[in-house]
Parts: sequence; structure tokens; C-alpha cells
Amino acid sequence: MKRGIEVSIAASEAAKLARVEAIAAYPITPQTHIVEHLSELVANGELDAVYVTVESEHSALSACIGASAAGARTFTSTSAQGLELMHEILFIASGLRLPIVMAVANRALSSPLSIWNDHSDVMATRDAGWIQLFCENGQEVVDTIIMAFKIAEDRRVLLPVMVNLDGFQLSHVVEPIEFPSQEEVDAFLPEYKPLYTLHPDRPVTMGAYATPELYTEAKYAQEQAIINSLPVIKEVLSEYSRMFGRRYRIIEIYNAEKSDTVFVAMGSINENIMTAIDGMKKNKNSCGLVKVRLFRPFPHSELAEILKGKKNIIVVDRAMPGGGMNGPVFNEISSLCNRYNIKAKLFNYIVGLGGRDVLPEDFVSIYDEVKSSKVVRPLKGKKEATTQNYKVIGVRE
Amino acid sequence: MAKPMEEYKWHELNVGCVIEEVGSSREYKTGGWRSLRPVWDESKCIKCGVCWLFCPDAAIYQKEDGYFTANLNYCKGCGICAHECWPMAIKMVEDEK
Repeated sequence: MKRGIEVSIAASEAAKLARVEAIAAYPITPQTHIVEHLSELVANGELDAVYVTVESEHSALSACIGASAAGARTFTSTSAQGLELMHEILFIASGLRLPIVMAVANRALSSPLSIWNDHSDVMATRDAGWIQLFCENGQEVVDTIIMAFKIAEDRRVLLPVMVNLDGFQLSHVVEPIEFPSQEEVDAFLPEYKPLYTLHPDRPVTMGAYATPELYTEAKYAQEQAIINSLPVIKEVLSEYSRMFGRRYRIIEIYNAEKSDTVFVAMGSINENIMTAIDGMKKNKNSCGLVKVRLFRPFPHSELAEILKGKKNIIVVDRAMPGGGMNGPVFNEISSLCNRYNIKAKLFNYIVGLGGRDVLPEDFVSIYDEVKSSKVVRPLKGKKEATTQNYKVIGVRE
Repeated sequence: MAKPMEEYKWHELNVGCVIEEVGSSREYKTGGWRSLRPVWDESKCIKCGVCWLFCPDAAIYQKEDGYFTANLNYCKGCGICAHECWPMAIKMVEDEK
């Protein structure tokens, strides 16, 4: 049975269903309702977990590392500046191979200060060695948080996982969501059995230093772990789909098989793109959507399978490249097209920065622009913008 | 460590580089970093132990006669002991090997 519930509250209920044992978090908009609700659940005795209140996100993730190293199933959540304050600790969590799960309510980075949604926070942590999943709606948030623990704690993985949900667009909306029962989640997600734990009776050293003779091997081993997590992620998604009847795959497609022009995008914006595609169908225009649900590890061969033979690939990014030629999602798609010899024309549109509304009509305009081939290089003719290989939608010029 | 660090292959490392043996840092002899070594003038030393207290590497120990000296396997030659020694009984000298 579905319940109308705010997605943030649903996210904390999902963490409760996963029987988290330790939470350390610092409130920040738009993540606040997630951690507030968890603190209520713990205070009311509905969730048997340790809730550590801390003075910053740097401390929040540090406390999570301690809890996870001691063998507890650990959860946290943050947004934007909070995620960047965690930055150095992110790499420690992944390097120590601790299966912490973090919900990130994606929000634009200051400055200028913005509390609204885009992906600049998560993209700045792109290469921190965390598995990164993106959600499109509230149901996906609940299911993905439960799956994230199973992925993270698998002995073949042992890596932290970020579950990304768009701030406000997802975190603050009320959606009808179906919750699995506690018995069902328990059957899916067994008790966490850590490989190593900090325990005075069985002492080990975690986080020792590595000299130049060892650092390369250590990082190579970590990279193999995230690469090799891909088949496990697929396995967990399939198992969840079988048990709960909602189909999850690392990449979802919408009308993509029969279209030679496709959008590639991540997160809640996919719903607007689908609306745009439905509208285009009425005008006999065929356009598809490839939804990337898993960004790290990047599922390149699976995407290549879908993208081969396409004429136009329109990559939607939600963060500025900071002086690079393209947005972060485009760079991955461009790399894979090169590797798999996909000869499609590639277009990069940056949309929805700092909460700017992006309407289905905007995607129809992008499609028309791509189809008319008017814009291959967005600012052709303007000498000063030759490195800018993308177009920003809605910017007033 | 069971073998020298430069012989480990990536797949031989523990998950997360966890070290299961306790106190393995003893095996890493940091004395090789040294260019100066402390020398005690026992005629000036009053056996106060300030050098022992301040040594950041716990490389200084007390001998049976009560005077102090450095374990050169671990002394990095930082000179903090000589700096802190108020009777000025410690001199840093070129470490000739």
C-alpha cells in the first residue's frame, strides 16, 4: 500500500528499515528533514541506534568512520557546503573501505549562496572513491537507500555509497511511496558482518601511512574494488527487483531503442525529459532518454551498448565545468564514445543551475536545435568562447 | 610486515590496508632519515629526562647508569632534545656512517 509522505521523511524511514546502528549528522538545507526525523526516531525509541550530534560535517563523517570501523551499520546525510566540508574525510572512508551510506540532497555550491538544487556538490566529489547512485523519484530514494547498504557491505565491495536525491525537487515533495515491511527488508538485508573491526581485544591498525613503495599498490587495489563493484551492484538491483517487484537497473531507458536522438541525464530532471518526449511523439518526433542511475563506477560498456548507432547524443549536465571544456557527465560519455568507436554527434547542455526551473519545453527546444544542426559548437563565431563546448540553457545574454 | 614493503603486490594488501600485527611501526627504521645525531656530555647531564620527555619519536632511553642516549635505529636527528636540554649537555654532530 502506498503512503503519501515527504521524500526526506521517507529516506529516514528507509534508513530505519535498514536497521542502521549509528548516525552522525549535521543539519543543512535541504537535507535537514532527513536527519531531524532520524533524531526523532532515535529519541522516541523507535530506532535502536546511536545518534551523534556533532559540530560540523567534517566531524559527522569522521564520527561515521569511527562507528563503521567499530562494526556498526552507519548512515549520514548532507548537502552542498556540508559535503564539501566532508571532502577530505570522503577519501578516508573509501580508502579504509568502510561501507557507510550517505544520502546527499543535492544542492548548488556557494558562492553565490544558493540553497537550491543542482549537481555541483556531488560532482566536486566525483572521484572520491564512493559508489554514486542517482534517484529520480521518492520511491527510488527509499529503495536505493535499502539497496545501498547491501551493496556497500558486500564482502566483494566494502565501499561507501552516496545516494543522490535532488534537493527540494525530491527532498521536499510529498509523493505516494510504497514501503517494504520490516520482515521483507530483514530478509533482503542481513546483519552487517564487518571484515575488520576496531576492538581492544583484537587490535588492528586502520589508516596507517603508506610510503611511496606502497601507496600506488594501495590505490590500485582500491580502484579494482570500485571497478569490481559493478557486477555486485547489478546483482543487488536484480535481487531487489525480484523480491519487491519494482524493477531497478543501473541504466534505465525511455523510448531510446527506437530513437536516433537521445538525451543522457541523471536525477529528477528525467521526469521532465520524459514529459518532453511524450509531447514530441504527438508531433511525430522520436527522441529517447538514457537515465544514468549509477555514476560511479561509471557503467561505460552498458551505456555503449545502448548508445551505439545513435546519431545525436545530448548530454545534460547540472554543474559548471570550472574551466573545463564540458560538464562531468559529458566527459564520461565522450570518453566512452571514443573507446567504443561510437560516431554520434555529441551535444552538451548545462541546465538547472542553483534551482533554475527547467521545463519540458526547454528539452523540446534543445531537441529542435540539435535536429536543425544550427548549433554544433554553441558559441561558434565568438572568438573568446572557443573552449566552451557546451551551452547553458536559460542564461540571459 | 612479513616481507619488505617494495615486494608487496596490490592484491596482497589487506582490504583498506588494515594492519593486523600490532606495533609494526617498530619495523620501519626511521634512523635512515638522519643527518645529525645527538651526543650527550655526561659531565653536564643532570639526568633530568627532559630529552626523553620531548623526543617526538620516543627514541631516547635511559641507560642503567641513569644517563640518556638515543636509539639510532629510530632517532631522526631532529635536534629537539638538544634544543630542550637546559644544562646544554646535548650537541648535534654530523652523522658519519
